[in-house]
Amino acid sequence: MSAGSLSGLGSVASTQALRERARAIVGRGETMLDGAGFGSQAERALQQAWRDEPGLLGFLKTTDHKRIGRRFVCTAFVFFVAAGILAAVMRMQLAFPDNHIVGPDLYNQLFTMHGTTMMFIFAVPIMQGMAVYLVPLLVGTRNTAFPRMTACAYWLFLFGALSLWTGFALNAGADAGWFAYVPLAGPQYGVGKREDIWNNLINLSEAMGLMVAVDLLTVILKMRAPGMSLRRMPIFVWASLVTSLMIIFAMPSVMLAANLAQFDRTFGTHFFNPAEGGDVLIWQHLFWFFGHPEVYFIFLPGLAFVSSIIPTFARRPMFGHDAVVLSLIATGFLSFGLWVHHMFATNLPEVGKGFFTAMSLTIAIPTAVQIFCWIATLWTGRINLRTPLLFVLGFFFILVLGGLTGIMVGSVPFDLQVHDSYFVVAHLHYVLLGGAVFPLFGAFFYWFPKFTGRMLDEHLGRWQFWLFFVGFNVAFFPMHLLGLAGMPRRIYTYGAETGWGTLNLVATIGAAVIALSVLLFIVNVVHAWFKGPRADDNPWNASSLEWATPSPPPAFNFVALPVVASREPLWTREEDEPTHVSGLSAQTREGLVTTVLDAVPDVRYSYPDPSIWPFIAAITVVVWLFWSNMTETGMFYGLIPPAIAFVAWYWPTRKETVEQLLLERKP
Amino acid sequence: MIGGVHDVQMPGGAQAQAIVGLWHWLLPICVLVFVAVMIALGLALWRAPRASNDTAPDIASLSKREPKVTRVVIVAVAVSTLLLLVLLAVSVMTDRALAQLPLENALHIELTGYQWWWEARYDDPDPSRMFTTANELHVPVGRPVIVTLVGADVIHSFWVPSLAGKKDLIPGRDTTVSFRADRAGVYRGQCAEFCGYQHAKMALFVIADAPDDYARWADRQRAPAAEPSSDEARRGRDLFLARSCAMCHAINGTSAQARHAPDLTHVASRMTLGAGALENTSSNREAWILDPQQFKPGTNMPPQNIAPQDLAALSAYLASLQ
Amino acid sequence: MTSDRYHTRVAFTVVLVTLALTACQREERYFEPPTKAVTPPPVRLSQIQPGAISTDTSIEHKYEDTAYALSEGKRLFGWYNCNGCHANGGGDKGPALMDNVWIYGSKPAQIYSTIVEGRPNGMPSFGGHIPENEVWELVAYVRSLSGLASSGAAPNRADAMQTKKPEGNAEEQKPVNAAPSGASEHP
Repeated sequence: MSAGSLSGLGSVASTQALRERARAIVGRGETMLDGAGFGSQAERALQQAWRDEPGLLGFLKTTDHKRIGRRFVCTAFVFFVAAGILAAVMRMQLAFPDNHIVGPDLYNQLFTMHGTTMMFIFAVPIMQGMAVYLVPLLVGTRNTAFPRMTACAYWLFLFGALSLWTGFALNAGADAGWFAYVPLAGPQYGVGKREDIWNNLINLSEAMGLMVAVDLLTVILKMRAPGMSLRRMPIFVWASLVTSLMIIFAMPSVMLAANLAQFDRTFGTHFFNPAEGGDVLIWQHLFWFFGHPEVYFIFLPGLAFVSSIIPTFARRPMFGHDAVVLSLIATGFLSFGLWVHHMFATNLPEVGKGFFTAMSLTIAIPTAVQIFCWIATLWTGRINLRTPLLFVLGFFFILVLGGLTGIMVGSVPFDLQVHDSYFVVAHLHYVLLGGAVFPLFGAFFYWFPKFTGRMLDEHLGRWQFWLFFVGFNVAFFPMHLLGLAGMPRRIYTYGAETGWGTLNLVATIGAAVIALSVLLFIVNVVHAWFKGPRADDNPWNASSLEWATPSPPPAFNFVALPVVASREPLWTREEDEPTHVSGLSAQTREGLVTTVLDAVPDVRYSYPDPSIWPFIAAITVVVWLFWSNMTETGMFYGLIPPAIAFVAWYWPTRKETVEQLLLERKP
Repeated sequence: MIGGVHDVQMPGGAQAQAIVGLWHWLLPICVLVFVAVMIALGLALWRAPRASNDTAPDIASLSKREPKVTRVVIVAVAVSTLLLLVLLAVSVMTDRALAQLPLENALHIELTGYQWWWEARYDDPDPSRMFTTANELHVPVGRPVIVTLVGADVIHSFWVPSLAGKKDLIPGRDTTVSFRADRAGVYRGQCAEFCGYQHAKMALFVIADAPDDYARWADRQRAPAAEPSSDEARRGRDLFLARSCAMCHAINGTSAQARHAPDLTHVASRMTLGAGALENTSSNREAWILDPQQFKPGTNMPPQNIAPQDLAALSAYLASLQ
Repeated sequence: MTSDRYHTRVAFTVVLVTLALTACQREERYFEPPTKAVTPPPVRLSQIQPGAISTDTSIEHKYEDTAYALSEGKRLFGWYNCNGCHANGGGDKGPALMDNVWIYGSKPAQIYSTIVEGRPNGMPSFGGHIPENEVWELVAYVRSLSGLASSGAAPNRADAMQTKKPEGNAEEQKPVNAAPSGASEHP
């Protein structure tokens, strides 16, 4: 009984002949191999079916969610460092009054590039990248649902980011702020091509976000391991679900706004021109309707990291698991009702603004629920104080402080004083770094063994943590005081008579310490990559499914898909319950689709094969976008290459057709 | 010396005072919550037994409820919600206080925000008593001021922290902000919405005078430019009108009536030049005219190719515009 | 590190550095005027000249083709009331500036002369009233009105009531010199 050879079928001409040949193979009694454990024929067959081509072509064609997820994470981290360097330059400029390190034009580009890169190119993509890597492992399946789409999303993201930074290198860096308010970013005052490049970046990075969100949503709802009902789903997966749904509702808003602005700039439309019936404020509504949920796209995965790390290092399941899940869902809903709190200084009606104050205060309640549940878990657990938990503790301190200043700025009268001042800069960095970056570093330390098969160094990790924690507070706490002392945001210098010099100098010193800590992290990663101690499957003795695979997992994740019978699959053993799925093909890329609520096996699913077309499609889309910036005809002629690429993407291949036929079973 | 009170926590008027009142609720409650949460976290870490990677997990909670812990968490959430309600109530009450500033006998000013300066037109029922100035407002102590905010080019924001909260000047959406200065003094403000190259140097000064001093100032502002007394100043005026100055600046009482740049009728009476970029002295005026880009790069005023004696004459004329 | 990857990295760095050094001239923002005072050449309406052919002195503003210069020119066109006679380029009392007819020449130095020296039939002399750098910006903008500026740098629509297609979308009109119109045509 040999594994059916598919290569011989490539030469057969007609569909009828294909069917007969397929029937002949099946009829010879060859069975599909699956579920037989390690080192077996099934594992070899799976390796063969799931391997990528070697070299550059395999790199470009891969649909392995782990390779794509890693790509997102590494690329986003590189841009994190780049945007951090810009911040360091800004801090050097602001360290002393009337400083001359950078002039106003370059400074405007610096803070715009810093904000745009951090929000669009680092924060959301890195969270999505971690989810793309982890979610299929956590739900016990072989790949995400639409891996080609996620692969294409990565290339769109990369080209968008590169186009923004190439623009910056060519003195055409966006310079109207990361929020690009019109009229400053509009056709008259946004001089040159700078804001056109920014608008393109929005299109590309938000298209990426939407594509990844749809993919994650599908795999979470429809491809979980049998037995993993919604109530047994890990909190990280719930957070990815809520985040993906939020992304689908929110990202189109900013894409629409950016495209309307681009039409104003390229074609002379009047969406934002009050003289011709347009409205300046609608930009702010459209942008912040996206912008507020966006910070929750960044924050919720951070919370998810915390919810994954705490149970493992408290050696007990999460206290109030259901309450935490409901809080995540509530936060997702409520986050859509807050956007006007970014517009309290405009001339919107006061009663309306008061509603948004109430909503802004309300969203603190689900977060409070989660915080109390986490503390309860730690209180009733047994603490294993390793680096991931250390970063989570840092998260508590910084996020709670940031959340409380958030309560303060959520109140209209107080916000009328501190809006657009350094108080808000302090608040946003406390919640974003505290709520997302600290958990992210904790997540890096937690999952690095799984991603790479090696352990990061604990000692360096502690040093990094303390430098980061101290440096962060030294850098950003004084900014609260600066805001109260009247220092507005986005100013390239200030006079000595304002008295802001001392606190700014302190903040700059803190920024230098942060830079040092990030450098330590990079050293840690590089050293561990080459010389770190090898990690086994489950170094932290955690409970979720990703720890049931080797470190790093093979391309096919699991030799046999697991069946789940409890919320903590690796910590419990159910007697008389099935433990694995069997009967799926090991020779082709096959997976299992299950029902939404209770994950009952439903349909067999063929994953798409690796393909070069997502990469090519991404290139054609980017070319189309830039061409349409330059000429009006580019808008239409530039659509032809993407059309061809997308058609080729979906065109069924002979191999796929034959595989489908082979796998058909009469009911 | 360029000065001025510029601090949220040093209110000089009713509106800023109300917001400080709110701050005195926000800060203690938030500090209390923060300290409580950190103590809870610290206690949790301190009293929980230590474990290692190999410690067996405690999965009892998968099958058993934990009523005591649940009660504590519910109480904590309830207390947090209650505190949030308190803060909401205080916030709404402050909003009401801000909206209920008595506005009888208010002074009306129309403030237009340009890149990167402020034009202030003092309105009056009698149009002949209206006058225009730039970058520096005088207001009488104790009398409410209603400022109509007009955005001329991009979005700016009027923010004088010691007097009131900020309000944006949005093109196409005129709005008003009201305040009342209750203490005499110089209050500094700064544009608080990113508006381009020189957003950093778009300061505004609100000088609260005793009512008599204010009336005297307003009368002087209404008067046209003083006739220059010296020959040099007269030559300076001729240069002003013949060179490029009159293409953008206005001086009442002369033929210079362009409104693209600050009104200079009483320029020598102001504290600063260039919306707070420089102290308003004679030598600074000369340096500014020669090359404003040195002090405020990107500003709309071009450098001048001007001979030193012409510059001196111009400076003498401007010094006479008190 | 394999030789392949090393070469790729070197190539990438070289490209990036080259890009950074050449930087996009069109996006340059200059706050100090880039050129010193020059005397403009005389207006040449005829190619017949005594003696040897003198080379055309093509004096150019260093940053004429930058987006910043063009947007400044557009601002100044409104501020200095060029609209009063030239009505956003359509002309009325003064000739239209958005067509291909140039009475006194379309080269930058010639337009500079026109603005600074004034012309018969009603164009005032702005010399001494508008700083030289700003005249060059106006020159650049006037050329863009008939599509002679590069579309990458030409301004987009104004945030005002629409009067014409934005300069960036204007079609290029090849200049055609015309004789000055007779004085009797204008009162």
